[in-house]
Amino acid sequence: MSPLAVGRVRDGAYGAVHPPYLHADYRSTRLRSPDRPLILLPEELHDPTGPVYGDGRLAESDADLTRQHDGEPVGERIIVSGTVRDRDGRPVPGSLIEIWQANAAGRYLHERDRHPAPLDPNFTGAGRVLTDADGRYRFVSIKPGAYPWRNHQNAWRPAHIHLSIFGRAFTERLVTQMYFPGDPLFPADPIFNSVRDPAARDRLISRLDWETTTAEWALGFRFDIVLGGSNSTPLEA
Amino acid sequence: MAAGATPSQTVGPFFALGLCVRPRDELVDPGRADAIRLGGRVLDGAGDPVPDAMVEIWQADEDGGHRNGFGWGRCGTDADGRYEFVTVRPGGDGAPYATLLVFARGLLKPLMTRVYFPGEPANEADPLLSALTGAERAGLTADSAGGCYGFDIHLQGEQQTTFLAL
Ligand SMILES: [Fe+2]
Repeated sequence: MSPLAVGRVRDGAYGAVHPPYLHADYRSTRLRSPDRPLILLPEELHDPTGPVYGDGRLAESDADLTRQHDGEPVGERIIVSGTVRDRDGRPVPGSLIEIWQANAAGRYLHERDRHPAPLDPNFTGAGRVLTDADGRYRFVSIKPGAYPWRNHQNAWRPAHIHLSIFGRAFTERLVTQMYFPGDPLFPADPIFNSVRDPAARDRLISRLDWETTTAEWALGFRFDIVLGGSNSTPLEA
Repeated sequence: MAAGATPSQTVGPFFALGLCVRPRDELVDPGRADAIRLGGRVLDGAGDPVPDAMVEIWQADEDGGHRNGFGWGRCGTDADGRYEFVTVRPGGDGAPYATLLVFARGLLKPLMTRVYFPGEPANEADPLLSALTGAERAGLTADSAGGCYGFDIHLQGEQQTTFLAL
């Protein structure tokens, strides 16, 4: 048996869908990005398996971040919904989505968050939801506030919700951030702009959705997710 | 219909709020006779510990399968950059290995690697290990001491861990 030949690349999907590891404008990438070649695993060695959820351990309040405490959190109530699909457009059912976010004042319930904005006793900012048989998900929350960070002088993150999605294969794992339409902070945010392709970057922005917007109650935002974007032309090392 | 994929974004510094509420670092009962510890430190290009990283593991069970959904775990790093899983040596055909994904502030997408076990005869015939240089192979193989397997993850630099492109 002749040994397999593996390719070596500088970055898996450099310049394509996903951001590069090194994006110097985002300071923390400078010492945390690999600078030696990455191994391109040949197709036949790819592991198609991945962790699966669907055991019903989720509570209803997991998908409603406004109902996890005695009172209601402060802020604009929102309904976020969408469909999780694979690259061929097929829905991904039974996939766990984990959510975390800042409160309406832009503060996380986390010991390392030093932003002098108030915590909300009625808001934790964490949730979980499973996609249904058609790959759809829906959760209720409040719109997170923008917050400052120390990346550069007067740096502010546009409002965003963090999402982690399992998908079907472990290599399909996706952690991303959902943004809100028309945010004036977009041009100044190195994390958002680490995605080089403007069309791909645009897919990080949710849309105001009249279908799920509920009269006298909450605005709806639609955020569709497509998994498996890693498999694009890599840059040779 | 091929659709454009959703780009990855960093987990940021506050992921523990959403991802580390329930401990997931024990894949098996630590009291089990065949339980092993697999862990190490996550270090940056300056050799400093990364205290806000998260390591996820996916591996086969002792029979080489995923019975009862076995095989996934998650561990946030501590102030020394340390992570550790309690698990078993994967079984089945071929060289046993575990796949790791590393997430952190400063990582705009995860880093993937594999941990192979030292002194395993099947390593000789493993198709991936056979295709790598000696240094790359070393960067995918754990150190062992008793039932503990050490696997430091160097994100950058001369000692960089061998990562698999995603
Ligand atoms: Fe954030």
